[in-house]
Amino acid sequence: MAKVPVQFTLNGSEKAEFIDSGTTLLNALRDKIGDTSPKGGCQQGTCGACSVIVDGELRLSCLTLAETCNGTAITTTSGLAEGGVLHPLQRAFLDTFATQCGFCTPGMIMAAKVLLDHTPNPSRDEVVEALSGNICRCTGYEPIIQAVLTAARANSQNAA
Amino acid sequence: MAIRRGRGVAAINYPTGMNLGGDPTQALVHSTPTGNFMVTLSSVDLGQGMKQIMAQICAETIGVPTDRVVVDTADTDTGPHCMGTFASRGTHRAGNAVIQAAREARQVMLEVAAEELEVNASDLETDGQGNILVKGAPQKSISIFDVALSAHFKRGRSISGRGMFLIPRSYPEKETGAMKPSTCYAHACTVAEVEVDDETGEVTVLTVKNVFEIGRALNPKMVEQQLVGGSWMGISHALYETTEPYYPNRDHGGTDFNQYLMPGPGDLAETEIIVLERPSADGPYGAKGPGEMCANPQIPAVANAVFDAVGVRIDTLPITPERILRALKAQAN
Ligand code: FES
Ligand code: FES
Repeated sequence: MAKVPVQFTLNGSEKAEFIDSGTTLLNALRDKIGDTSPKGGCQQGTCGACSVIVDGELRLSCLTLAETCNGTAITTTSGLAEGGVLHPLQRAFLDTFATQCGFCTPGMIMAAKVLLDHTPNPSRDEVVEALSGNICRCTGYEPIIQAVLTAARANSQNAA
Repeated sequence: MAIRRGRGVAAINYPTGMNLGGDPTQALVHSTPTGNFMVTLSSVDLGQGMKQIMAQICAETIGVPTDRVVVDTADTDTGPHCMGTFASRGTHRAGNAVIQAAREARQVMLEVAAEELEVNASDLETDGQGNILVKGAPQKSISIFDVALSAHFKRGRSISGRGMFLIPRSYPEKETGAMKPSTCYAHACTVAEVEVDDETGEVTVLTVKNVFEIGRALNPKMVEQQLVGGSWMGISHALYETTEPYYPNRDHGGTDFNQYLMPGPGDLAETEIIVLERPSADGPYGAKGPGEMCANPQIPAVANAVFDAVGVRIDTLPITPERILRALKAQAN
């Protein structure tokens, strides 16, 4: 099959790859580029584990063709920590014990980040709504909801 | 037609482990040249926190900080034998094996320290901070770092230990069928409050109040997270989850996450968790296995609450709207 070039920035650094036409963004990130933070849970858009941020918008990378991402800026959970310091969402997930097996965690954090980028002080209902496309087998969701609310509070305190 | 409220209670007795052949688990512990400790296991951490708990147990037994212990569960082909991570047996079985291995390693460590300090090993104690002191004369001490260096480069000793958990195999009595399949029991009780719409058959769980008796909570925050997630999962099993809704007919089984239902973050019942600690006699530092138990009592409690609400006994899981409506119809006829 003919290879097609793709070029985008991933967590701030330039990436250029030749991929098979039709490769999903999830497979391009994991298998070509080696960023395994997006997880493949269902490969059909029903679990949210593969969520990434493309030009500021939440996207399911298993349903996104990599070749449609030319020229975009992509963020994944592995790019959130800065200089060894965890992102407030990562910190909050640890502090509130919001992760067990961890398989849903990167997708949850991506969904939460897009929420907080647009709505820095969300209500509980807004958090629930933002996470409703993401499945977790282990935690019962409450610790994850608390983690997002905790991160929002930490952000607003830092801003104040 | 109305929304009807009901309340149900259920209590359970939950066995730790499964004695169908001695239920063995083995562990090896050894020190690195710089006095860190490796625990080698085949027991697998699949998110329940096995590595953290085994590090705590090893550290407590040897007398070092937890961050001086590394747990390697890498390979079930080459690691010490473990029956597996099931039957809520990990903490209890592997924990006991780790204690035994760590005790043996600690004994060698104290013997090497005794030679360095020219005292009896029985006169030594650890401070939990990485040092070995002479009892009653703590100014006379040596760091575990130096003890390990001495063992490796001077005295030719391996600071290591072997541990295993094994109980006599239990066979059923011929007459009664009675046997002892497990060693210790955890307990739980749940009260669930539900609303049932007797027109649509839909059940909403309003509150779940759980009390869990789990032996000693070796890591209280991790126990809590397990119980919170488990309580949610119990409700999910009671009301939603199945791959074969018309078992043994496989039709209409869920084939993906669109059809295999679980409650999402918007469907959570108000949940309360209370932990009772009654240390078990044979558990590692008193622990029992709370693992699977945490998702059990909610199921009968919800079934009882549905009965209390609309007067029908559903004895097939999950308790779907369809099953409730069929039962209501049968009751009316
Ligand atoms: S893997 Fe993309 S939504 Fe499940
Ligand atoms: S932590 Fe296991 S799926 Fe969410």
